[in-house]
Amino acid sequence: MEVPILKQGPYLIASIQSALSDEDLVQLRDALVAQVGKLRSRGVIVDVTALDVMDSFATRTLRDIAHMIRLRGAEMVIVGIQPEVAFALVRLGLKLEGVATALDLEEGILYLNRKMGESGKEMKHRGR
Amino acid sequence: MGDDRNPKALRATLSSHSARNRADEAEAVHVSIKSDRDIIFARQKGKELASRLGFSNTDLTLIATAISELARNIVLYAKTGEVYLKTVKQGERRGLSVVASDEGQGIPDLQRALQDGYSTSHSLGLGLPGVRRLMDEFEINSELNRGTTVSVKKWVP
Ligand SMILES: Nc1ncnc2c1ncn2[C@@H]1O[C@H](COP(=O)(O)OP(=O)(O)OP(=O)(O)O)[C@@H](O)[C@H]1O
Ligand SMILES: [Mg+2]
Repeated sequence: MEVPILKQGPYLIASIQSALSDEDLVQLRDALVAQVGKLRSRGVIVDVTALDVMDSFATRTLRDIAHMIRLRGAEMVIVGIQPEVAFALVRLGLKLEGVATALDLEEGILYLNRKMGESGKEMKHRGR
Repeated sequence: MGDDRNPKALRATLSSHSARNRADEAEAVHVSIKSDRDIIFARQKGKELASRLGFSNTDLTLIATAISELARNIVLYAKTGEVYLKTVKQGERRGLSVVASDEGQGIPDLQRALQDGYSTSHSLGLGLPGVRRLMDEFEINSELNRGTTVSVKKWVP
């Protein structure tokens, strides 16, 4: 099932609805990387609230997507990792290093807003 | 009062009997693994079976994650294989057994394959050692060019 991607202001929100096949993950990756350029989005939120399992493959793919988004000049944050899923990830030994996470959609947006504020300040600073 | 108690006890035995029969009906499921979609199917089936045994939500997620890793290895390294799920009993203990088996290339160095970070596919190398941590019992047999069988179990606490 394709993951719907919504544009909300400067951000893109991808809400994963159910377990993803490899094809769906690849489609999500390509769509996000393309949309970030087309819509000049500054941030991407991937909502995984509906995922009841995140195995090493799904986690690695999401991490790769986050790194690609960063290379495209935007920030990505994963929101909604369920408590059981977090427990399983730790047991597996998956760290999701270098990938931002937040509790839910609201926190994800706050995180991105903060990031945008920071980079805005940085730019002003450099300009002086 | 005595009349009251007896029918109650009888009802209780009857219902526990029928519950057991229902569980027996589908206490084993076999899923052929031929593509990544079968991975999702296998872990859903595993969850279904395990939830009937009364595992907690957390344990159900651990079991489903383990099934996912084993089935993913089949797709990646052997292309096709089988996942057998069944409920098991040992004395009073009940649990779920998962056997993932294939007739693929086999694993040349089992010791290394079970170490965190060892991967021949530039992946994270966490699948097998991770499954070992997710489940209670872990057994692996592999023969070069013959195939690999991983058998794991989790007991209801
Ligand atoms: N069914 C199998 N048949 C043949 N080789 C296998 C099989 N399962 C695992 N292996 C070998 O064992 C190595 C370790 O497996 P493991 O699942 O731990 O890590 P991975 O699959 O490489 O990475 P990850 O699971 O973290 O994405 C694999 O790289 C592969 O070489
Ligand atoms: Mg693996």
